[in-house]
Amino acid sequence: MTAYAASSRLDTSSYIACFNGIVWREVLRFLHQRERFLSALVRPLVWLFIFAAGFRQVLGVSIIPPYQTYVLYEVFVTPGLVGMVLLFNAMQSSLSMVYDRETGAMRTLLVSPFPRSFLLISKLLGGVAVALLQAYAFLLIAYFWEVEPPLIGYATVLPALVLSGLMLGALALLMSSVIKQLENFAGVMNFVIFPMFFASSALYPLWRIKESSPLLYEICRMNPFTHAVELIRFALYGQIAQTSLAIVLGFTTFFLAAAIYAYNPSKGLLGRRGEAGGGR
Amino acid sequence: MTTPVARCPVEESVNALQVRGVSHSFGSSRVLADVSLSVPRGAFVVLLGPNGAGKSTLFALVTRLYDNVSGEIRILGRDVRRHPTAALQQLGVVFQSRSLDNDLSLLQNLTYHAALQGIGRRDGHRRAIEALEQVGLADRAREKVRALSGGQARRVEIARALLHDPACLLLDEATVGLDVASRESVLTIIRKLVRERDVGVLWATHLVDEVAVNDHVVLLHKGQVRFAGSVPNLLEVAQASTLRTAFMRVTDNTLAEAA
Repeated sequence: MTAYAASSRLDTSSYIACFNGIVWREVLRFLHQRERFLSALVRPLVWLFIFAAGFRQVLGVSIIPPYQTYVLYEVFVTPGLVGMVLLFNAMQSSLSMVYDRETGAMRTLLVSPFPRSFLLISKLLGGVAVALLQAYAFLLIAYFWEVEPPLIGYATVLPALVLSGLMLGALALLMSSVIKQLENFAGVMNFVIFPMFFASSALYPLWRIKESSPLLYEICRMNPFTHAVELIRFALYGQIAQTSLAIVLGFTTFFLAAAIYAYNPSKGLLGRRGEAGGGR
Repeated sequence: MTTPVARCPVEESVNALQVRGVSHSFGSSRVLADVSLSVPRGAFVVLLGPNGAGKSTLFALVTRLYDNVSGEIRILGRDVRRHPTAALQQLGVVFQSRSLDNDLSLLQNLTYHAALQGIGRRDGHRRAIEALEQVGLADRAREKVRALSGGQARRVEIARALLHDPACLLLDEATVGLDVASRESVLTIIRKLVRERDVGVLWATHLVDEVAVNDHVVLLHKGQVRFAGSVPNLLEVAQASTLRTAFMRVTDNTLAEAA
């Protein structure tokens, strides 16, 4: 047998074609699934229209940065609900990856000649593109519900949405490598989505939580989702929450590295568990 | 199919697939033990084995879902572990479980796969149409996959696996769940491809009636290759008059030594 060097290199245009293809497929799938788009939009709107309206009188929000005056509870809760859109989208993409792995579609992706880290990051960015569509659609509707950040805020929030989406997507990607079966996804709801969402600054300011439970306050401060929400909250008003930015960047790097490790053919978890995508 | 994707010059004698001394375990359970086989270009090799023989694990290693820790796997001479890009560019796969996206059209599924091979949108579109023509489904290119029968979906998966003009094609239980007519149709398409395009095919199955008399057979049982050779040779070694009997005898352990 003659040994061959890897002379069939993939050039930049091949990488661009692959990236475009993966992102386009994610967007296309999302647009084809109208129910998914609707439920992705209805979920935060229910919280905005009903929950926030009910809590407006109960929960007073004092003047805290980035707000320069008293704000309606709806205004306060909107960045948290945008975070919720990103969180649910990330977990849904995690669900789709577990499903893809069960059906074999994930193997179609992984058998591509491109480096696995590139494929996974492309898929992640495809998920973020879908999340951006949802987040902006929500912000547009919220605008007509008296949630009116400065117009420039819609532009400055974009990098915060991308980074937060990446962090949550990377976490979901990591989880998808660990979750063995689709049925386990109910556990994800109970053990990941709800605790992350409720133990954060999405629904109430942290100082309020500190008053009622210092322990819960510390938990909220350690929750990466809290920092994603704060990053979005400040970015929506053209400001940078520096601590949150650093923490979100750190968690994104960590989750991404762990997910790439988990999917690495020589070191990852798949081989040890014997997932051949079918029988033996 | 037209121009291949960034193919480098290859000697005529290089096998489409070469597996040499591959073993694999999941924890303490040994799934493959010193497996060796080769698939020359333009050959149809049947990997025959009952359920649980290790066929899918072997496919997972060849497609580099995870790495082989012992032995060597080469696709058109390129080591899968050392040169995964060059090796996987020469590989087309039809997996055991359905892997098309039901919500997308045939064309969208295929252009997505072309993108995964680094083929741009326009070229991918052209190749997709050509590949669908080869499996007789070009007129349904814009329909959603959901509307297809099981046999038609399999044909689309074959078209997809051939889109980037690979030298080696793996099919893992490709006829599972298909009726007799669809099975025949899929087999006919693959055998025609072997003849016309010089593709080396490894066809994994547990169904002996999918083996033709001219095929090369590799019989895998409990993770070991129990026999590798022609059908007449298998009948002779197993001292059987039919392939079914030979298969039963070999997988019944009686011929472990003889093979």
